[in-house]
Amino acid sequence: MSSLTIRNLRKSFGSVEVLKGIDIEAKAGEFIALVGPSGCGKSTLLAMIAGLESVSEGEIRIGDRLVNSVAPKDRDIAMVFQSYALYPTMTVRENITFGMESRGVPRPQRDEAVKRVAALLQIEPLLGRKPGQLSGGQRQRVAMGRALVRDPKLFLFDEPLSNLDAKLRVDMRSEIKKLHHRVGKTTIYVTHDQVEAMTLASRIAVMHQGQVQQFDEPQAVYDRPANMFVAGFMGSPAMNFIQTEVGTDTDGRPAVSFKAAGGGTATLALHNGIAGQISTRNVILGIRPEHIFRYSPELKAAKPSIAKVEAPVEMVEPTGAETIGFMRFGDLEVVGRFDPDEAPRMGETITLGVDMSHACLFDPITKNLI
Amino acid sequence: MSTAEVDGGQVGPTWRERLTKASPVLVLVPSLAASFIYIFVFTIWTLYISLSNSSLLPSYDFVGLSNYVSLWSNRRWNIAYSNLFLFSAFYIVGAMAIGLLLAILIDQRVRGEAMWRTIFLYPLAVSFIVTGTVWSWLYNPVDGIQMLVRGLGWTDFNFALASDRNTAIYAIIITGIWQSSGFAMALFLAGLRSVDPDLVKAAQIDGASTFRTYRKVILPVIAPIFLAVAVIQIQFAIKTFDLVAALTRGGPGISTTFPAIYVYDLMFQRGQIGEGAAAAMMMLAALAVVLVPYSFYVVWRRRKENRHD
Repeated sequence: MSSLTIRNLRKSFGSVEVLKGIDIEAKAGEFIALVGPSGCGKSTLLAMIAGLESVSEGEIRIGDRLVNSVAPKDRDIAMVFQSYALYPTMTVRENITFGMESRGVPRPQRDEAVKRVAALLQIEPLLGRKPGQLSGGQRQRVAMGRALVRDPKLFLFDEPLSNLDAKLRVDMRSEIKKLHHRVGKTTIYVTHDQVEAMTLASRIAVMHQGQVQQFDEPQAVYDRPANMFVAGFMGSPAMNFIQTEVGTDTDGRPAVSFKAAGGGTATLALHNGIAGQISTRNVILGIRPEHIFRYSPELKAAKPSIAKVEAPVEMVEPTGAETIGFMRFGDLEVVGRFDPDEAPRMGETITLGVDMSHACLFDPITKNLI
Repeated sequence: MSTAEVDGGQVGPTWRERLTKASPVLVLVPSLAASFIYIFVFTIWTLYISLSNSSLLPSYDFVGLSNYVSLWSNRRWNIAYSNLFLFSAFYIVGAMAIGLLLAILIDQRVRGEAMWRTIFLYPLAVSFIVTGTVWSWLYNPVDGIQMLVRGLGWTDFNFALASDRNTAIYAIIITGIWQSSGFAMALFLAGLRSVDPDLVKAAQIDGASTFRTYRKVILPVIAPIFLAVAVIQIQFAIKTFDLVAALTRGGPGISTTFPAIYVYDLMFQRGQIGEGAAAAMMMLAALAVVLVPYSFYVVWRRRKENRHD
C-alpha cells in the first residue's frame, strides 16, 4: 500500500516553472530523501505535500485521498522545519501540545501523549523551559517531539539538521534513523547533504532543475547513477569524468582510450558486456575515486577487472583515514582515494589500477548512463 | 627585523594613537554636556523654583511646598490632571487597537499595500497644530460635519462633540487616535513582518485557526512592540499641548485643560512662575511613573536574555 503518491506534479511561480512533472511514490513506512542542490525545487515540493504551497497541475495523494486542495491541518501530516519553528513564548510542553489543543483533544489525553513523546526523545527535564533556554540539539528534539506527538500518516522533514554543528549533526542523524525504525512512519526528508540522504533513506529522489533525475535505493543511485548530474552530485569527492574514444586494446578487447599526460594514449579495457551497448564513437568514462588504486600484481590477481594506467601526481591531501591524491590524465585532474599505506607522493608518476567493473559510461550528448 | 625596529622606537603611544583613542570621547562630549545641562541642571532648577516664591521673575526665597498646596487646591489643575489620565488611557488603548487592526489587515497581503501604508501613516506627517485646526473645523457645528450632514437632508443631525463641555475631551481623544494610530500600525506591521514565517506554517499544520495563530503565536512574539508603542504614546499624551491648543484652546470653559496648557498659562500669562514650576514637576512625576518602571523592565529583560546565551 502506498502512503504518498505524487503524479505529474507541476508548480509555476508566474512564468517560472520550478517543478516540471514530478512522479514519486512512497510505500507505507518508507523513508524517502529528496536531495538536490539549492534551487532544485525540493523544498517547494515538500511545502506542496504539506499544503503550504498550492498545486499548479498534477495530483498529490496521501493514503488514497486526493489532497490537492485540502488545508494543511486536515492532511494528517507533521512537519519539522529547518528553523525548528518552535513557538518562542511557549514552554516545551505547550509547544508539543499546541496542535492537540487546537484540535480540542482533552487534557488527560494531551498529558498522556506528552509523557510518551518526552520519554521517547528523553526531553522530560526540558518540558518546563522555553525554546530560548535550549541548545540547538535540544530544540531539534523538541521540534521532533511536536511532530511525533500527533501520530500522523506522514512525517515531513525540511533540512532539519542543517543548523547543527558537524558532530551533533552526525549524532542526530543516527537518532533520526533509530527513531524512524522504532516509529515506522512514512517519512519525506529534504536535504542538500548527499551523505544524510544515503545514510537515512530507503529510497532517494535526486532532484535537479525541477525534475526527479533518479528515484531509487541509495546503493543503486550511487553505483548506477542515471546520468552525469546524479553521478557528480552523489559522492564526495565527486566521480571523475574522462572523455574517451571507443576502440580496442592491444589484445583486441573492447576498450576506451584517452590522451595521457605524457602526450601518448592511455587505454583501459572495458569490463562486462557493456561494450555491446555502446553506439557512439565517444563515451564519457565515470570512475569513483575509491575505484582507483596503486597498481600491483597482487591487486591484479585479486581483481581481474583492474586496468593499468600511468599518471603524474600533482597534489596529495592526507585526511588520516585515507589520502586523497590528485593525478593528471591528459588535461584533466583525476581524484583517487588511497589507503595511507599506499598513498602516492607528490611529484611521483604513479602506476594506477582502475577497477573497470565499477566504471560508468555516459553518452556524451544525452549525458545519460549507457 | 621589523619587530626590532618597533621595539626600539617605542617609548609610549604616539600623538596619533592617543588622538584615535580619545576621539570617541571628544565627539560625544558636546552632546553629553548639552544633555546634562538641559536635562539635569534645568530640572533641578525647576524643582528649586517650584519651592520658591517666584512670581513674574524667578526669586530664590524658599517657601517649602506651598506652591504645590495651592496648585492642588485649584479646581482647574485637578481637571487638567484628571483629563490627562482620561486622555492617556483612551488615546493609547484606542490608537493601539486601531493600529494593530490595520497592521493585521495589511499583513494579509492586500493589494496596493504600499498605498494603504502611506495613507494610514500620513496623519503622522501632519503637525499637531494642523491636525488640531483642521479637526476644529470638522467639529465646528456651523461649518463642519454637522453642517454637511444637515445639508444632505438630515436637518435634525447633531454633531457638536467639541462644543459640549462634557464631550469635548472625547473630541480630542478621537483626533489624537486619528493622528497616531498610523504610527502604531507602522510599528506593529514591522513587528508582524519580523515574525518567522515558519512559525505561521507550523501553526497552520498544527491546526490553529487564523485568530488563534495571532492570539497565541504571533502577538506574544511581538509583545515587546506593544510595550514600546505604549511608552512612546504615553509620553506623547503627557506632553499634549499643541493639539489641544489648536483644537479647543482648553475650552469650552476649562473642560479640556491639560497640564501642559496650564503650565504655559501660569508661567507666561499670569506670572506665577513658582506654581507653574510645581505643575511642571507634577508632569515630570507622571512621566516618571511610566518611564522608570519601563527602563527597569528593559534592563531586567536584557539581563535575563544574557543569562541564557
